[in-house]
This record gives sequence, C-alpha cells and structure tokens, in this order.
Amino acid sequence: MSKSYGLQKAVDDISFHVKPGEIVGFLGPNGAGKTTTMKMITHYLEMDGGDILIGGNSIRKVNMRKHIGYLPENNPLYEDMPVIDYLAFCAGLHGVPKTEIPGRIREMVRLCGLNVEKHKKIGELSKGYRQRVGLAQAMIHHPAVLVLDEPTTGLDPNQIVEIRELIRKLGREKTVILSTHILPEVEATCDRILIINNGKIVADGTAQDLRKQASGRQIIKARIQGGSVQDIFEKLAALPGVASVDLVNADESRFEIESHQGATSNEAVFHACVQNKWVLTELIPIETKLEDIFRDVTLN
Amino acid sequence: MKEIWIIARRELNAFFDSLVAYILLIAFLGFSGYFTWLGGSDIFFRKQADLQVFFSVALWTLFFFIPALTMKQLAEEKKTGTIELLLTKAISDRQVILGKFLACLMLVLIALALTIPYFITISSIGDMDQGATLSGYLGLILMSAAYIAIGLFASSLTNNQIVAFLLALLIGIFFQFLFNVFSSGMTGWMGELISNLSVTKHYESIKRGVIDSKDIVYFLSLTFLGLMFSELVISKRK
Repeated sequence: MSKSYGLQKAVDDISFHVKPGEIVGFLGPNGAGKTTTMKMITHYLEMDGGDILIGGNSIRKVNMRKHIGYLPENNPLYEDMPVIDYLAFCAGLHGVPKTEIPGRIREMVRLCGLNVEKHKKIGELSKGYRQRVGLAQAMIHHPAVLVLDEPTTGLDPNQIVEIRELIRKLGREKTVILSTHILPEVEATCDRILIINNGKIVADGTAQDLRKQASGRQIIKARIQGGSVQDIFEKLAALPGVASVDLVNADESRFEIESHQGATSNEAVFHACVQNKWVLTELIPIETKLEDIFRDVTLN
Repeated sequence: MKEIWIIARRELNAFFDSLVAYILLIAFLGFSGYFTWLGGSDIFFRKQADLQVFFSVALWTLFFFIPALTMKQLAEEKKTGTIELLLTKAISDRQVILGKFLACLMLVLIALALTIPYFITISSIGDMDQGATLSGYLGLILMSAAYIAIGLFASSLTNNQIVAFLLALLIGIFFQFLFNVFSSGMTGWMGELISNLSVTKHYESIKRGVIDSKDIVYFLSLTFLGLMFSELVISKRK
C-alpha cells in the first residue's frame, strides 16, 4: 500500500504478510508512517494504491471490517457513556447478535479486569482503565486481527506490564499488529518486528534475526581466573574463530572476546579453559541492543 | 438498518444525558407556547381556532434549535477522534450519517409531539381546520429534515462546534430568509428560480393546507443533498 499527503510520501509502497496468531510489532521513529499504515489497515484512511487482504478478501468491503478490532492512537472514547453501554454499542455496530451481547460484555469485563469500574462513565476512569476499555471495545466482536496503535502510551509501569500480559494472552488466538516506539515493549510482547522509516520497511524479522543481521559479530564477556592475565590473553587471542580480545580489567581478569563474522567462540573459550585448568567464573554473551539496531536502520 | 438505529439511539441518549434535549425542548415549548397562547397576536386575540401562529413561530424556533442539535454530531467526533472508532466499525459512512440524522429528527419529532395538547385544546374550543393543521405539522417535519441535513453538512466541515453552529445558521439564513429578499428584487426566470429555493415559500404553501408534490420534492431534495454532501465530506478523509 501507499499513501501520500500532498507531496510527502507517508507510506511508500510497503507490503508485508502476517501469519495467523502472530504478534507483530511495528516500530519506527515518530512520523515514519506507523499510524498512517494502521489507519489504512483499519480502512479509516483510504489508500492511494494497493490493497489490504484478510484471508484473501479486501478490507474495502464493509463487512470485512468485522474481522478487525482497532485501538486507535490516543484511545478516543465517548466520555459521556457508561462502560457497559459503550461496549454494547460497539458490539452492536459490529453486528454481534443482540442475544449474545450481554455474554460478550461479561467476557470482556472479566478479560480486561473492568469489573470494579463497569458502571462508571468512561470520562470518570483513570488512564489505565480507559486503555482497558479501548482494548475491550476492540475485541468485543471476536475479531481475528487486532490493530493496536501505541497501546501502552501514558500508562504507569505496572499498567504497562498488565496491558502487555493481556496482549500476549490475546496473541495466542488472534493476530495482533501493534505499533510502538518503546523498544523493550516489542521484545517483551512481539514474535516479529517490522521497522519502518520514511514510509518504507527497513527491517523485518524476529528480534533474534534482526540482531544477527545488524551486528553479525558475537561478543562475549568472560572472567577467567587461575592463570596469568598475560598468558590467558595470548592463548585466547590464538583461538580459532576469535577475532580480537580485549582486556577489560586486569585485576579482576575480565576479557571481552569478539568472534569473526558468523562464528561463535563460546565453546572454544570453554575448552581452552579446561585444557589450561583455568577457572571460568563468568561467560556472558553480549547481545546487540535493539536500540542499536533501531538506530542503525533508521538513521541513514 | 439496525446499525443506523444503534447510532441514532446513542445520539438520542446523549441528547438527554447532556441536558441538551431538555434545554431545547423547554425553549421550543416556551417560545411557541408563549406566542400561541399569550403573545401579541395570540389565538384569543385572533379569534381563530387554528395553529397558524404556532406554525409561524415554530418555523423560526426550529431554525435556531436545529443547528444546536446538529453542531456537535460530526464536529465533536472529529475533534475527540471518536469518528475514527465509528468509521472503522463494520458500518458504512452513509449509515453513520443517517443514524445521526435520524437522532436529530427524532428529537424534533418529540418536540412536535409535545405540542399535540395545543392541537387538542384548540380543536375542543372551536371548529378547527384539521387538514391544514396536519399539513402544517408535515411542513414542520419536512423543513426540519432539510435543516438537519444542512446542519450535518456544516458539522462535517469543521471540528469546531461553534463554527458548525454558525455555518449551519449562515447556510440556513439563505433558505429561510435571504432567497426571499433577493427574489423580490428580481424579475423573470432568475427571480422565479431564486424564490423557489426559499424554504419559507414552500413551507407557507404547505402550512396553508395545500400539499403540493412540488413542495415535498423540494424539501426531500434539500435533505438528500445535505446528507449526500455530508457523506461525501466524511468519506473524503485526507
């Protein structure tokens, strides 16, 4: 799909496929086109070109929108409606049969932990509860796909954890597409990461994949005792697969060992310790931080 | 159809929850009641068992009353972003517009229904032309439908309620008043055309008890155009 605002291309001919049951995290700097993409997926914005298919059917058909649950950015809600009425309203508009609506509301109230607040007006709720109401309305018609635009903005750390758990729980049976610019959130909740920048997809894969693509070189931190630092340093450097060794702290005999591209040296280091009767007290693989990958692909 | 009704019911509830409905009903009944029963040329002064005064006053009260109902319909939804929720539901843009139209029309119908006691009272104290009265009510309903459609269109253009209100009045004043004024200064087909655009002209003819298909077509076309343009504006989001 593509979308332009005037001369500016907000989304530039991107295409991706999401498998059923997958939780996909949509990452990108502000203004990268995340929200525009989500608005097109939910058919709030008309696409300039392209199409969005759910199970082969275009989202342009009104009826197909039943399969999508949407939590827009900033979670707009009718402040003047009580929670229960609001959920009934949303369910009705999605064509949930009248007789099923009370059951669905009970289910959502339980799932989203809204029981204490269910009779209050939405305007009286705290931010965390409003967010839950937003999630509840997105799910009340049992959609196959959930589109969540920054579901945890403005929540306190406890609420963030709760919402993330809720999303993971949902992800077992639903396809979830969520956008965020909070990196740990993607790691914590998503199976797959899509990074978008200037309207284009610049990275696509699991957190693991992205790390491999981005860094290529494995770095391990090791603390090896029971020999002279000089001796250990030389022998480590001579190991196959090891590109360079850095002595971090001579007193505590800590090293950083960088492997050659595509190679790992954990085992070689371990065997070297055994051979030389050194004591290996720490061996920590250092993962490239997602932040670094993010910076890598979004700053050209 | 069910979806239209769900939206209409929500809007109607919102009118009553926010006191808008009560304020407007009281204002409407107050004005029209005062002029019908107490004001200068009231029914006792005219010694005519009819509702002609009510119909004249109601035309103007509804003229101001309706933009106040329609102003928030789309403007507020756009401002708070709830329009995004509404339009991404499994409903068409047209159903959203029709639901809101229906809600406003129903509130007007409630207001008109509350004046039925006038009808009953007057027909019991004199010989009333019931046909003219019924067609007067029909005129009010048709004229309200047209102004609601115009109001919704005004509301679809902005996300500021005040702007929507004033814009609806501005468009409305042409139909209510200015087209009459313009046409009086013109002759020939231009004058004819412009005078035919006037709501008041068509309303007066229905109010007299003459239900002409020309007048009905006029009001229905105005309503249809207003709704069609509102839908067009709403569906053209960036």
